[in-house]
Amino acid sequence: MSELQKLRDAFRSALDLPADAPVDDLRYQDNEKWDSLAHMSLVAAIEDEFSVMIDTDDVINMSSFTEAVRILGKYGVDVK
Amino acid sequence: MSVALVTGASRGIGLATAHRLAEQGHDLVLHGHGETGVAEAASTLAGKFGVSVHHAAGDIADPATSKALVRLAFENFKRLDALVVNAGTHAAGMLGMTADATVDRLFAVNAAGAAHTLQNAVRLLARAENPAVVLTASITGTHGVAGQAVYAASKAAVIGLTKAAAKELGPRGIRVNAVAPGFIATDMLDTLDEAGRQERIADTALGRLGTAGDVADVIAFLLSDQARFVTGQVIGVDGGLVL
Repeated sequence: MSELQKLRDAFRSALDLPADAPVDDLRYQDNEKWDSLAHMSLVAAIEDEFSVMIDTDDVINMSSFTEAVRILGKYGVDVK
Repeated sequence: MSVALVTGASRGIGLATAHRLAEQGHDLVLHGHGETGVAEAASTLAGKFGVSVHHAAGDIADPATSKALVRLAFENFKRLDALVVNAGTHAAGMLGMTADATVDRLFAVNAAGAAHTLQNAVRLLARAENPAVVLTASITGTHGVAGQAVYAASKAAVIGLTKAAAKELGPRGIRVNAVAPGFIATDMLDTLDEAGRQERIADTALGRLGTAGDVADVIAFLLSDQARFVTGQVIGVDGGLVL
């Protein structure tokens, strides 16, 4: 499975979205399921999936799928 | 396997706690302000108890230090079951006689350092089955004592952090408690003169200063399954000290 697919699945799982839900354009303020608790679950899911430890500042800044891709790049994960 | 992170583990209560946890079979991540003391503690405990011990040194007031500690736990164990937020500094001083830098340093280490440590560890803790946190407060933070107003205020901040964190993290399965030691025979008491020490002993119902081991035993209890329904508490370990 590609890194991109893994990230999409992490978002769907953490935000309780259908398996085929589009997530590439997802943003924090646009999705009612993406609240602060779901955000912590999402970060935990991403950390588990990619075996990284994300800094608090990056957790706070992870406000969209696109931003998650960028932040993972900082930790050596090339999402494509 | 269970993994515990202890800050301020090169001496005093932190070292005694690390010793107790290693004795119980916990793998450890230890922190000390200076490299030498914590490296020695790590080496001694690993050799004596056959547990895996990693360590890092740094100023706990700097959030980068606790980030590095949590990263050590993640990289070596992929988990964190227990956190002991113990690193602290002590300074006595009357109001109007305490230097600005001392005020800032007490809060930077005791209050902000504790908040940084807990905040940086919480996501890794949340993955454990029965995670628990113990913070080292002080009886000065619960009761106040003349001549230590700023230290007391910085430790009162630890108590607020404990109580709020217990409420916030309880639903995620993380227990958070604090110990409030009375007068314990550690290096921190060096800032009191002999007359002050004798006065404190006289005020203690059990008639002696506490030991680091007295506090470590309570911390180990609060981290254990025996304390599974205890959270948001501040447990005095003070021998009946009256302030």
